[in-house]
Amino acid sequence: MPMPDFSLALPELWVGAMACVILVADLFVPGKDRATSFYLSLFTLAVAAWLTLDTQWDARALTFSDMYVADKLGAVLKVAVYGLTALAFVYARGYLKSRDMLQGEYFVLGLFAVLGMMVMSSAHSLLTAYIGLELLSLCQYVLVAFNRDSRFGSEAAMKYFVLGSLASGMVLYGMSMIYGGAGSLDLAAVARAANADNMLFVFGLVFVLVGVTFKLGAVPFHMWIPDVYEGAPTPVALFIGTAPKVGALALFMRLIYEGLPLLQEHYQLMLAILAVLSLIVGNLFAVVQTNFKRLLGYSTVSHVGFILLGLLAGTDAGNGAALFYTITYALTAAGAFAVIILLSRRGFEADQVADLRGLFQRDSMAAWALLLIMFSMTGVPGTVGFYAKLVVLQAVVDAGLVWLAIIGVLFAVVGAFYYLRVLKAAFFEAPPEGAPALEASGSFRAVLAGNALAVLLLGIFPGALIATCIAAFA
Amino acid sequence: MFEGWPLLSLLVWLPIAGGLVLLAIGDRAPGAVRGLALATAVLTFLLSLPLWTQFQPAGGMQFVESVDWIPSFGVKYALGVDGIAMPLIILTTFCMILVVLAGWEVIQTKPAAYFASFLIMEGIMVGVFAALDAILFYVFWEAMLVPMFLIIGIWGGPNRIYATIKFFLYTFLGSVLMLVALVYLYNQAGSFAIADFYGLGLPHQTQVLIFLAFLAAFAVKVPMWPVHTWLPDAHVEAPTGGSVILAAIMLKIGAYGFLRFSLPITPEASMSLDWLLIAMSLIAVVYIGLVALVQQDMKKLIAYSSIAHMGFVTLGFFMIFRILVNSDSGALLAMQGGMVQMVSHGFVSAAMFLCVGVLYDRVHSRQIADYGGVINTMPKFAAFFVLFAMANAGLPGTSGFVGEFMVILAALKANFWYAVLAASTLIFGAAYTLWMVKRVVFGEVGNKHVAELQDLSGREFFILLVLALAVLGLGLYPAPLVEVMEPTLQQLLQVVTAGRAG
Repeated sequence: MPMPDFSLALPELWVGAMACVILVADLFVPGKDRATSFYLSLFTLAVAAWLTLDTQWDARALTFSDMYVADKLGAVLKVAVYGLTALAFVYARGYLKSRDMLQGEYFVLGLFAVLGMMVMSSAHSLLTAYIGLELLSLCQYVLVAFNRDSRFGSEAAMKYFVLGSLASGMVLYGMSMIYGGAGSLDLAAVARAANADNMLFVFGLVFVLVGVTFKLGAVPFHMWIPDVYEGAPTPVALFIGTAPKVGALALFMRLIYEGLPLLQEHYQLMLAILAVLSLIVGNLFAVVQTNFKRLLGYSTVSHVGFILLGLLAGTDAGNGAALFYTITYALTAAGAFAVIILLSRRGFEADQVADLRGLFQRDSMAAWALLLIMFSMTGVPGTVGFYAKLVVLQAVVDAGLVWLAIIGVLFAVVGAFYYLRVLKAAFFEAPPEGAPALEASGSFRAVLAGNALAVLLLGIFPGALIATCIAAFA
Repeated sequence: MFEGWPLLSLLVWLPIAGGLVLLAIGDRAPGAVRGLALATAVLTFLLSLPLWTQFQPAGGMQFVESVDWIPSFGVKYALGVDGIAMPLIILTTFCMILVVLAGWEVIQTKPAAYFASFLIMEGIMVGVFAALDAILFYVFWEAMLVPMFLIIGIWGGPNRIYATIKFFLYTFLGSVLMLVALVYLYNQAGSFAIADFYGLGLPHQTQVLIFLAFLAAFAVKVPMWPVHTWLPDAHVEAPTGGSVILAAIMLKIGAYGFLRFSLPITPEASMSLDWLLIAMSLIAVVYIGLVALVQQDMKKLIAYSSIAHMGFVTLGFFMIFRILVNSDSGALLAMQGGMVQMVSHGFVSAAMFLCVGVLYDRVHSRQIADYGGVINTMPKFAAFFVLFAMANAGLPGTSGFVGEFMVILAALKANFWYAVLAASTLIFGAAYTLWMVKRVVFGEVGNKHVAELQDLSGREFFILLVLALAVLGLGLYPAPLVEVMEPTLQQLLQVVTAGRAG
């Protein structure tokens, strides 16, 4: 048997090895404020990005007995994951430190989760995809319980674990059916064998789709999202709400879009139902939330509805649109959680919408950042959220599903209401009595400002990123 | 000397850049902020003048700039003006100077953010009028909501939060449907250039749906009855500058949308649904005129009068099909009347809101009942106020008369009863405006607040004087404005009739 071509999987090998190195280094050279682990982690991600672009951007090759594929789609997904994870690390550091939770494990778990997502992004076999999914999920369960003394944290982790295991089981069950039908784990072989008339594949599709949409958080598989967002430490919620969405999208693209292309007529209907439900439930439930983290949770659900709209078109353009939507939404959501982190301090989590009162008077930079982020989530032009919605609508209309586009935009108006409520608290209301000055390191502020600026600049010059997302499918 | 300058881009981005600089300066130096805001507004106005002087009425789209913006979706950054857009752009840059002056000493909380919001808004509004690409248009159209949301919400009156959220949601709901329509049109035309949407020959059913989507966007913005209810709330709560911009410019953007999108893109649907638009316009003229009559709040009264006046604009635009059935001439007159009415209403409503602002700054009340006999303490102010009230009522010699008269004249060619109903505004408009003036300005000094009033300061006098000249100038000699627009409107009429026949 010939040796597999390891060079194609260089980014995975690098991240896996560095995660182990950081685990050990953290024991022996903790450094002040875990500086060693922190900077090593960022270094790992930066080098991984370079390796990915260098080895996989122009590649289209299989290795490891065709279980692993190196291609442009994988490269785009992975680089997005690195960037979002790096944001999560930077935002987390001060928060964890002030609550005596700053341990090297946070970064190690984060890197292993990244590795899981990388494996998912490059999966060319049912097995590879599943391994990646499990690696990601296990890291997430532990991260949610990272504050082990918090009752809410433990409860959220338990809930997430039980529901997540169920979803993993469903994926595995679906995979077993697909394997039974195709006689192979190889996704190319599956794609050749799968046809829309074979009930075995349709059943397999249903179960795999449940698992994927669970990870994304589509209704009715969204129950974990608000509780996990509320219960988990804010930086963990930030992480879970951003990069793993890209991972889940990778799973869809590899398993369903590429693996079961002929079943498009089936999954289009399923996704249409899930998308409409997500838009309705996510938006309507978000309206009544007073907890900002829960509100963001339900708002995620509604955005997942939009992502599914892009996916159900079943075209390269539609998937490119969904990819663009997911990446930019994750970038925006990271900023929203960062504002919560900025407002909170030890013993005060600032997770109520009311805690944002008077932000404009207290810290105008953070208020303007929040303004851009909220308007981006609303989909107001000038921010990137508008183009995300536009490309998705374009794909949906192109597929002849104008009525879905109309439902999408109408619920975007419902969404506008609660985002405006957040801005109302931040801009139009007076700060609470005796509110202390906001403390945050200069680097935190700089990154938050950069994050908001990215939302604005991508909203003015979205062309390059859109082109990249579409090129990923070329 | 402006050959080859990207004038329109300058008009869009100069105020926005100025606004960002103001935000960066912050409230450390309010004096510098005001000066810089005024300098930016004046410079923008001066730069907009070449649009007028070098404009070729018969030259189609001019000052065109076009750059690829999002190549994968065929979206271009394309700007240009024709006879419809150019006067509105100059109206915008002109009004902005007055707004900056009006907020000069009045705005004490966060002045930098206040002036920055207005300047950014100015750039965006110029962008709306100049955009030749549908997505670019939509971007500016929606982005406009953001500064206005903040202006009303931060610097507005007691009930400002309700008003601003209502304003945002109403207009946002109206415009998202337009976005779907634009995306659909892109699929049909293969490009986002607005001109490519003309003459697509879409089936009637499709045209009706697209027309309704546009109607949702533009009718809310104009606003037409029955989707006008956000306007009185927004006007009453907005600071004076916000009201001026709302009335003078933002309402025009809705009417502009009808001319740029609804009529030429969906001519068949416009014709088959013109009864709806005519009915909505006439109801606005008559019913809203009656509603204005019973208002106790001056700003609310002017807000309702704005709705009634905008009814004239939409009546002029959508009457053309009825006129074309009867005669060939007259349709152009109706559209010209609508356009003149738009510009005139820009001046008059701005002036009315500024007058109310002058009173509000002194007494902090907008209730008519809190005034009386203002002429005894503020004779200069009273003179201006009476002049603008006359213009609002449509007195010959003022700009208010020209547009209304043209529309009524054209209405006679469509249907006698349209003309009768439209002409009723001359009665109602005079009734509610002059009755308000009588109660506020004339009579004995009403109370001790009025007795202590100071007459206009030099700044206020200057603002109102400029507007008075504009109102009288347009009223006595409207020919330049009409001539500038005529070829463009003629061409538009051809597109509409060609689409209607085919």
